[in-house]
Amino acid sequence: MEKRVVFKSAWLPYALVAPQIIVTIVFFFWPAIEAVYYSFLVQDPFGLSSQFVWFQNFKDLFDDSHYLASFRVTAVFSLLVAFLGMSIALLLATMADHVIRGSLGYKTLLIWPYAVAPAIAGVLWAFLFSPSIGIVTFYLLKAGINWNWVINENQAMLLVVMAAAYKQVSYNFLFFLAGLQSIPKSMIEAAAIDGATPMRRFWTIVFPLISPTTFFLLVVNIVYAFFDTFGVIDATTQGGPGEATKILVYKVYYDGVRAADLGSSSAQSVILMFVVIALTVVQFRFVERKVQY
Amino acid sequence: MIRKSLVALAALLGLAATTALAQTEIQWWHSMAGLNNDKLNDLANKFNAGQNRYKIVPVYKGSYPESMTAAIAAYRAGNAPAILQVFEVGTATMMAAKGAVVPVYKLMKDSDEPFDPKSYLPAIAGYYSDSHGNMLSFPFNSSTVVFYVNEDAFRKAGLDGAKNAPRTWKEFVADAQKLKAAGQTCVYTTGWPSWTHIENFSAWHNVPIGTKENGMAGLDTVFTFNTPLHVRQIAMLADLAKKGEFTYAGRQSQAEAKFASGECAMLTSSTGAQANIRRQAKFKWSVHFLPYWDDVKGAPQNSIIGGASLWVMGGKTPNVYKGVAEFFNFLSKPENQMFWHVGTGYLPITMAAYEMTKKSGFYNEHPEAEVAIKQLTNKPPTANSKGLRFGNFVQGREVIEEELEAAFEGKKSAKEALDEAVKRGNEILRRFQAANK
Repeated sequence: MEKRVVFKSAWLPYALVAPQIIVTIVFFFWPAIEAVYYSFLVQDPFGLSSQFVWFQNFKDLFDDSHYLASFRVTAVFSLLVAFLGMSIALLLATMADHVIRGSLGYKTLLIWPYAVAPAIAGVLWAFLFSPSIGIVTFYLLKAGINWNWVINENQAMLLVVMAAAYKQVSYNFLFFLAGLQSIPKSMIEAAAIDGATPMRRFWTIVFPLISPTTFFLLVVNIVYAFFDTFGVIDATTQGGPGEATKILVYKVYYDGVRAADLGSSSAQSVILMFVVIALTVVQFRFVERKVQY
Repeated sequence: MIRKSLVALAALLGLAATTALAQTEIQWWHSMAGLNNDKLNDLANKFNAGQNRYKIVPVYKGSYPESMTAAIAAYRAGNAPAILQVFEVGTATMMAAKGAVVPVYKLMKDSDEPFDPKSYLPAIAGYYSDSHGNMLSFPFNSSTVVFYVNEDAFRKAGLDGAKNAPRTWKEFVADAQKLKAAGQTCVYTTGWPSWTHIENFSAWHNVPIGTKENGMAGLDTVFTFNTPLHVRQIAMLADLAKKGEFTYAGRQSQAEAKFASGECAMLTSSTGAQANIRRQAKFKWSVHFLPYWDDVKGAPQNSIIGGASLWVMGGKTPNVYKGVAEFFNFLSKPENQMFWHVGTGYLPITMAAYEMTKKSGFYNEHPEAEVAIKQLTNKPPTANSKGLRFGNFVQGREVIEEELEAAFEGKKSAKEALDEAVKRGNEILRRFQAANK
């Protein structure tokens, strides 16, 4: 027999979920529909004249090799951020897992950077590595490295990846640590008795056991790098030099807000919306089901 | 005694409150920060103190693009400010927004304020006028690109930076080589690469940036800045960059700090940098005309302006417009212009203010402050040098800068970069044309 609480009233359940539905509609569906509508328009900034142009905005985008280049930049950026953020976090988590004295202190300190807003993180890194006034630049120059990300594309990419990953390390650390602590100690001890080296124990037991966490974090980190790193880019390179760090979400902001081209900007948002949908499907379909241990 | 003065104070406050009610408030959104913000507030306060019918309320709304974006959003929501400061690249966007703005010549005529467009420096008035010579926005803070030289660094290289600063790009290249050989780590840097090396470069050599009088005579303009002359200029810079004699510093004014600190020996950037350099530089420096190619006929012509102008937004009451007109009249008075020019380093925008500053002896003490005006008024402006008006030029300039960076980095040749910039720029112009049919 099913044990379910059933509302007798016809309207009460609807009234109870209404606030959530309204918030979702007002803050998610309404803007999304608006964006789809605007993506079919070419409009002047003041909204004084506008033409309905069907798919012209999308066609313009896909005819623009620079928009496609932005996809590549975003892919490289996201993978680097995810890889760097996760590998450092995993290393730190493995270390923290072994610390016995004062472990709480270490853990707390490692989680701190997560509280730093992306824009602030960007400004911090921009100051440290500023080509004109940065302290790190000063020492790099002394060491014979010409650090000028204003014109060097690889250095610019390196800078934004570091700034973006720095923020994400804490988040990843938290999940990895939880994952590590849920591994039964007996398994590792058994392997140790069998003579497996610490390295071997990590790669054959620990790493496979935390793979669900790893996959979850991979998706979360890629989504983060795709959508939440706007502040980092805006505070440091602003997409330059050339278009070396102009990721998709920065281009949406730039074209829509700075350049007041709402049609193209909305079309880009709609495309990004499909990217998010695809990523979510991947997460639910494959990651949550297929990774088993 | 105390009670008495309290009563008096209360009475005074009550009085102030009633006059405040009778006053018409006029919102003025601007982007002047720091020292310039103080000077701007001084002007507003002086106007408010001089009469009691209107009250100008200046509001700092962030950087130029930020305040423009904020005003556009406010206009869409129906509560735009009466006066908005818009940077020069936003001019075409504002102009095309007929109905959202009130042209200044019309505002002045409707409110019977005396207004003579001819009293403004031609290079400035032309930039903000339509093709019939009607002034559309009120010039406020104008600047132009000038050439800064570190005389101490020149002397170290056996050069005389004061008298023999390079006049042509040929001399410039030769001097750059000598400076490098003398151990100068950063020889030359530039602020605002597109504004300096495409926009002002074109005007200075009397060649067009785009067709239709640089876009002033029609929305169907196309860019033309990929001529052999432009390619020569960008190729020269790319070559200097390769040899380590040109240090790229970014798209805005970042280069100015590199010059002020003494790191770089030569700089091309805005006149607006002078106040800062004056305060920071621990070496002897001077300001000169931009170098030019002496084989180009008619060069040097005159440089074009940057900075911002004041736009009057539509949909306000006649009373507000009357107040705005009076305020503009106040701003164009020579003494107020001179106050702004001397205090901020921006150009005086009327001939009368220029003459007045000259008489005051300010230029004897600061000859560098006069160079920009001489350069701007070097010759009467032509169709190529009176300014530019390209739609969505915020984006357009960005595209030019991206391509210039590719050339300076050595990823593309100067020709490839400029061809691509023209192609991408024209796509932006066509979108603007389509949106403003």
